[in-house]
Amino acid sequence: MTGPSKKLSRRGFLQHSGAAGLAATSAGLLLPQAGFANSPRKGGHFVLGLKGGESTDTLDPALSLGSANSYALYAFGDYLVDITPDGGLTPALAESWEAAEGGKVWHFRIRKSVEFHNGKSLTAEDVLKTMQRHSNEDSQSGALGIMRGVESMKADGDLFTVTLTTPNADLPYLMTDYHLVIQPNGGMDSPADGVGSGPYRLTEEEPGVRYSFAKFANHWNGQVGHYDTHEIIAINDDTARVAALQSGQVHAIDKVPPRIANLVGRAPGVAVGITPGRGHYIFVMHTDTPPFDNKDLRLALKYAINRQELVDTVLNGYGSVGNDIPISDAYPLFDETLPQRAFSLEKAAEHYGLSGHDGSPIILQVSDAAFPGAIDAAQLFQQSAKAAGIPLEIKREPADGYWSEVWNKQPFCASFWGGRPVQDQMWSTGYLSSADWNDTRFNNPEFDALLLEARAELDQTRRRALYARMARIVWEEGGLINPMFNQFIDGYSEKLGGWTQHYSQMMNGFAAKLTWFA
Amino acid sequence: MIQAVRKMPLSALAGLVITLLFFLMALSAPLIAPYGLGEVVGKVWEPSSARFWLGTDNIGRDLLSRMIYGGRTTIFIASAATLISFTIGSVLGFTAVVMGGWCDVLLSRFVDLIMSIPGLIFALVILSVVPATILVLILVMAFLDATRVYRLSRSVAESIYAMDYVEAAKLRGEGTGWIVLREILPNALSPLVSELGLRFIFMVLYLSTLSFLGLGIQPPSTDWGAIVKENSDGLVYGITAALAPAIAIATLAISVNLVADWVLSLTTSLKGGRS
Amino acid sequence: MHPMLKLLIQRLALGLLLLFASTILIFVGTSILPGDVAQAILGQTATPEALENLRREMGLNEPAVARYFSWIGGILQGDLGTALTNGADITQSLGKRLGNTLFLAFWAAVVSVPLAILLGVISVRYRNRLPDKLISAVTLATISLPEFIIGYVVMFLLAVKLQWVPSVSLINDGMSLLAKLQAIALPVIVLVFVVLAHMMRMTRAAILNVMESAYIETAELKGLNGFRVIVSHALPNAAAPIVNVVMLNLAYLVVGVVVVEVVFVYPGMGQYLVDHVSKRDVPVVQAAGLIFAGVYILLNTAADLIAILSNPRLRHPK
Repeated sequence: MTGPSKKLSRRGFLQHSGAAGLAATSAGLLLPQAGFANSPRKGGHFVLGLKGGESTDTLDPALSLGSANSYALYAFGDYLVDITPDGGLTPALAESWEAAEGGKVWHFRIRKSVEFHNGKSLTAEDVLKTMQRHSNEDSQSGALGIMRGVESMKADGDLFTVTLTTPNADLPYLMTDYHLVIQPNGGMDSPADGVGSGPYRLTEEEPGVRYSFAKFANHWNGQVGHYDTHEIIAINDDTARVAALQSGQVHAIDKVPPRIANLVGRAPGVAVGITPGRGHYIFVMHTDTPPFDNKDLRLALKYAINRQELVDTVLNGYGSVGNDIPISDAYPLFDETLPQRAFSLEKAAEHYGLSGHDGSPIILQVSDAAFPGAIDAAQLFQQSAKAAGIPLEIKREPADGYWSEVWNKQPFCASFWGGRPVQDQMWSTGYLSSADWNDTRFNNPEFDALLLEARAELDQTRRRALYARMARIVWEEGGLINPMFNQFIDGYSEKLGGWTQHYSQMMNGFAAKLTWFA
Repeated sequence: MIQAVRKMPLSALAGLVITLLFFLMALSAPLIAPYGLGEVVGKVWEPSSARFWLGTDNIGRDLLSRMIYGGRTTIFIASAATLISFTIGSVLGFTAVVMGGWCDVLLSRFVDLIMSIPGLIFALVILSVVPATILVLILVMAFLDATRVYRLSRSVAESIYAMDYVEAAKLRGEGTGWIVLREILPNALSPLVSELGLRFIFMVLYLSTLSFLGLGIQPPSTDWGAIVKENSDGLVYGITAALAPAIAIATLAISVNLVADWVLSLTTSLKGGRS
Repeated sequence: MHPMLKLLIQRLALGLLLLFASTILIFVGTSILPGDVAQAILGQTATPEALENLRREMGLNEPAVARYFSWIGGILQGDLGTALTNGADITQSLGKRLGNTLFLAFWAAVVSVPLAILLGVISVRYRNRLPDKLISAVTLATISLPEFIIGYVVMFLLAVKLQWVPSVSLINDGMSLLAKLQAIALPVIVLVFVVLAHMMRMTRAAILNVMESAYIETAELKGLNGFRVIVSHALPNAAAPIVNVVMLNLAYLVVGVVVVEVVFVYPGMGQYLVDHVSKRDVPVVQAAGLIFAGVYILLNTAADLIAILSNPRLRHPK
């Protein structure tokens, strides 16, 4: 009755679209070169237990949401480009790629002799159709947002070409988005049939319950997909997921609750993997709505939150302190000179006094649907605000409908953002005055101008300086209270070989492709 | 009555004393709680110590204080909802039997109809149309529960109504009220009292489900069921914070039902049977 | 016509009428929930045109009355429609879930109902003595614990520590009955704990209520032993309230086990309904609501009929 609802395409998108760094395109193996003693063994039945599966799920990549669903895409599908463990790029269905006209035009050379599960061979036309399905006018794809800068696309022989409206050096990164599985004829015929070119072939589908796969013998890359069969089970309850791992029913799980992560790690036969993320657990204020249109009130609230306490309590230390901007030091071109805003009851009280607020309760709307522990975080915030004389009142909202009825609608609420491959994307999606997801109703002409200037700036030093100025504006003026960046915590069986740390959780979703039973 | 209390068995006495203690605790919560309701005073899940008798909860608040304040909401809301539900449910159930005919059919089918709507949809619809206050919470709980009480009361009363002594009363020309209060109620009391004890417990548990949905109790206020939920993550790793409220609920359940059992034995002897 | 047969037909007709009324209630209820499926599917970035297209495609722009009648029309032809979210055939996907739910409920009932009545009878026989008090305390303690706590405890004892049974209760068609029973062992245990106390206590109270009657005294004077008197003389006359409480708990086993389903990853109706409610997938919610309503009405009707049949005075009204 109370399970968190995950209806928003935003979150699924955010959780899976993060890519680290501007690392240059590099051809190389996905795996760090495996030693002889540690070479993959073939065979076995590999089971993943994931949080986030609903009986409303569909395997249509355009509409795919939640872990169970998107990990199924990773199992049966392939992408043009894959991400390496350290966040670089590696060829997948595209053998190679190159930019022309200063990053305005991109050519992808499509791999030959790739076979789909239905027996058809991959052509550039399939790639073109796939991308069209995710970007045309009546597309409902979750990837639509990142496809917006596309002016035209064409397929010519084994070449797939994208022309952008403005140059974008990061385009290959965008092609790794989990929605953009290459399907035969672009999935125009039957988008949800689960046919791709991936290492595992879909054998059984029960939405919200499980997906079963068998090894696809004709996969183009013999170095991935070591298991005979693979199964994904949706286990939404935290304790049940951990129990399934410990009892050996599943071999890996995602989203171990931070409070018990160290206890899980101590259990026999089980290990815990930690990935620093760019996701942030936040509170957002609408800067155009009273009383939050008052800068002093916003500052009062920013000073009244004890960030370290939240990291220690809500994340149990599995995270880092935020600084009221959406950018962490994991992003390229991060500005280290921005001072860390410290918890200060005096400053909070001072700004609260300056704001002239009438003392009526300030309502903060929360739900654990926003992020795990949101209600706890809000209560800690309430206590520290009370100490500064700020009357914060918590209103718990139903998890059901939180993202559609509360977030981006109510003036002060809890929220979660995943992260973006590059700063430009993060700022443009959430802080540009005209952005759909401008959940702080931030409207600062100077900031907008700087953002457009930075996008066109090719000199990295000057770009860094522009980002630094933007960060400072949001830090000072914005409606974002960012107390913490969270980490991803995976649990996996010690029977597995080849488990490595990737830039994102669950080996960036490739656990079934890259691990084996040792 | 006094005689009855004097003859009270030890178990019933214990049940009564514990129940009274719980109610007393609920009434005097602000006086006896060592710390404030939402005050963060320690680390997460500290074990019990001289400072924190029951340890601390999942964000470092004193568990004992949370329990005392939570007991207050739990006991108050569950009692109020149970009383309302029993009053409405049993009065309507008896009336339906005594009036019979269309009144019975309409009431019974209406109750069937309400019971047939899944609770989740019901709660969400209510949430979307009325403000989520404690009063609404109590009324929703009482209303949904009254349907169950109605069915039980009606079935009990139906058997009694067919008895000869009720027939005799009707022939004597007694009114509906008299029949309900003097003939049916005393004879229906024992199954109802037994049900009352359990319904109270269901209310305690139901409360945390509804407040979790966002109906009613707002943080930092809490109830016992919610404290169990908040702290349940650590349970299987030997962190026992979730057990204290669970034990409190169980203790209250057993005490209330010990009293109910005793009342049950009183009502059977009131009917003039052997004691 | 035999009066009992007439009664049966009457009640079944009433039940159908009631089911019809509940379809209206469910339809209205799901219609006034805030948020709609188009928004839920397309997300925040959806342009107004895209939303409009999708709504038109799904027929959401039709007047409510027209939508209601086309829905009812479909049901009468045995067609529950397709899910708006993933286009699944509702009859098929819901049928599978309903089968699972009934399978779990059946086995939980098979264990708990006789056990509850047996324990109730033992309690009456040894009234106010040790067995009575022990049964009472243990069942009360288990009923006071939230379901998920019992679930976690048995899961860690039996699945993680002892590894006797799986912690994840997935079942599929390819499994033998024995394998299925092993898979659902944990949820059955939890459900038995949850429903046992209620039925057992009502059995005890209802039997005690009739134990004072003169005919019981007669039976005892005849020299019948304790259990015999309780089972063959007191129990039948105490049936009405017991049947009602058993019915309430059976309905709970079918309709109310979301928490147990979530904890043990059991693919039943509860989770299915919750998922679709949160996506505002109205056709599925209505179909599931209809099934639940049907189950309740059927059980309520059955309880009423059994109560009447078990009581000779009601069977032959004066």
